[in-house]
Order: sequence, then C-alpha cells, then structure tokens
Amino acid sequence: MKRSIEELNAIELDVLREIGNIGAGNAVTALAKMLNKKVDMSVPQVRILEFKSVTELLGGADNLVVGILFDVTGDLEGYIMFILEQKYAHMLVNMLMSKDLSDMSDFSEMDISALKEIGNILAGSYLSSLSALTNLKILTSIPDLAIDMAGAILSVPAIEFGKIGNTVLFIETEFKEDDCTIVGNFFLVPEVESYDVLLKALGVVD
Amino acid sequence: MENLVKVGMADLNIVHYPKGLTTLGLGSCIGITLFDAAARIGGLAHIMLPSSTQVRNNTNRAKFADTAIVDLLEMMIKAGAKKRNVVAKLAGGAQMFSFARTNGIMKIGARNAVASREILTRLGIPIAAEDTGGSYGRTIELDTANGKLLIKTIGHGNQYI
Repeated sequence: MKRSIEELNAIELDVLREIGNIGAGNAVTALAKMLNKKVDMSVPQVRILEFKSVTELLGGADNLVVGILFDVTGDLEGYIMFILEQKYAHMLVNMLMSKDLSDMSDFSEMDISALKEIGNILAGSYLSSLSALTNLKILTSIPDLAIDMAGAILSVPAIEFGKIGNTVLFIETEFKEDDCTIVGNFFLVPEVESYDVLLKALGVVD
Repeated sequence: MENLVKVGMADLNIVHYPKGLTTLGLGSCIGITLFDAAARIGGLAHIMLPSSTQVRNNTNRAKFADTAIVDLLEMMIKAGAKKRNVVAKLAGGAQMFSFARTNGIMKIGARNAVASREILTRLGIPIAAEDTGGSYGRTIELDTANGKLLIKTIGHGNQYI
C-alpha cells in the first residue's frame, strides 16, 4: 500500500516526530563533540507544507541557502538533505574553524569541506539513530553540496514528495551554542516504496 | 516591473497587462510562460514533474507538465487570448546536485524540459525562447507589455529571453 503524507495519521506523525527528535538529538551531540562546545537544541518541529508554501521557507524562495544531499541506500532507499540559510552555514563554519562569528565572506574550499563534514556528521548520526530504532540497514553516500536559491534547492526533495502527494514533510531543528542560534532543516525523503518499509519497521503498520 | 503576481511551486496563473508574473527559485522545476502579444495576456505554470500519468496521486494538475500546460492555455483562451497568437518560453530544469543516481531522480530537470517541449509542440504552441539546464536556480519575471522574460540567477548573471 502506498500512501501520501496527508494520509498519515496522528500516531504515524508522532513516530516521525520522535525519529526527528532522536535523530536530531544525536546529530547535535555529534556536533557538540566536533565543536568541543555545549550545543543545545529545541524540540524539532515536524512540519507538513503544501508545495505553494514550500518556497516561503528559509527566508523566501530566492534567499541563498546551503543544501547538503546524501543518497540513502540499503533497506531504505531515498535521500536525506540538510539545509540551512547561508548566514547559519557561515556561523557553523566559523565555529568549527574558530573564526570570527560575524565573518560572512565567501566560502573558501576549506569552508565547503568543513560544511560537507558537518553535514556528514549530522546526517550520519541522524540515520544511525534511525537505523538503531528500526533495525534497518541504512547506508549513506558521500555528501554533495549546493549553494543556491532556497526554492531551487528545495525543489529537489519537493519533487520527490510530489510523486506521492501534494505536501512536503520536513523536520526543523534549532541549535544553540552560547548566544548563537543556528536553524537547520532535515528532509528525510524516502522513495515511494520505502515509506511502508519505514513505518513497518517502526511497528506502526502491519 | 511592478504588479508582479507570484506563482508558487505546483501552481499556475494568468494576468492581463499591466500585471506581470513571477516565480521564485526554479530548480529542477520548469517555469512555462505563455504570452499573447495582441491581447497582452500572460500565463505562468511552475511544474514539478513531467507527466501526470506516471504517478498515483495526480489530483493537483498544476504539478505536471502535461496537465498544467493544457490548463494554462485553456485559461488564457477563456480570458481572451487567441491560440494562434500564443508563444511559450521555458526556464528552469536544472540539476541542482551533481551526483547522478542510478534511478534517474537527479535527471528530473532534463525530463521536465523534454516533456514541456513535447506538450507545447503537440498543442501547436511555438517556443520563442528557452533557458533550461545547468546546475543553478532561476527566478523569472514575465513582462506582459512585450512578453520578455527576465531570468535572474545567483552567480550566473541576469538576462532577458
């Protein structure tokens, strides 16, 4: 049975929210280790939006954002994407590279690799918690990074969701390090056939 | 230009001069504009997928090239456009991420462009100009005074087609 996001019931949404919570929690722990700093996070918001509203995310459709994409293979097929606004990406890089937090100069090669590595750690810890919860074998590819308009980057997960429904599901997480807040968004985009695999593994559907 | 009406993802709309149309941040999606210079009526569809026949949930006709273009043309004609005057322009269809997945997900931009061209040809609508492909996002604005389509990018310049 293939179902679209809008047909998910309250329990299934709670499960997805909880996965988001645990996954993002693990990701933040990993980030804190990497930065060697205390990092807090808010309870992730699981949001379901119509395509029309998707372009209003992340500061508007033509706002510059950084998207880091990973292929997901194994028992679950699809991909995972971590997106953050350019200013937050700069802040993350600056924290990691011990640069001035207000430095918003262009990303260097080094900054790009740092971002990919952050993405790697976040996505990896996110998926390993999902894997532990579900007993599914989940593998990720190397990261691929794009810096462009929010709408253009978001079109990638949106199109995939478009194949099964008229809404997009994503998880928004806020990280806080001292007085500096970073907002990041995870999109877990299972392929059509993988939804049921996921919900079955979580014991939500038979 | 002023009076720009925004069209969202999987959405379409038409306007009369002096209003214009815009859609922001096209990635792998395609923005298809139709324009009748005599009636000065413009239409814009922001499609996400090539064909409504390949997916199960196809209730939103503006999401697919095949159904969106047909509907957009119909709306234009209802609003007073003459089919023989209508010309099309296409923008978008980029591949935002470089690695190619084996199952072709990442080629969706190119497939959207091919499907859009096919539908327009089948409907007998000439394609006046096109800016598709590449690996970057585009914001477009249709000027209904003259049918010019402004394409804005980040780092790849701006141009009229």
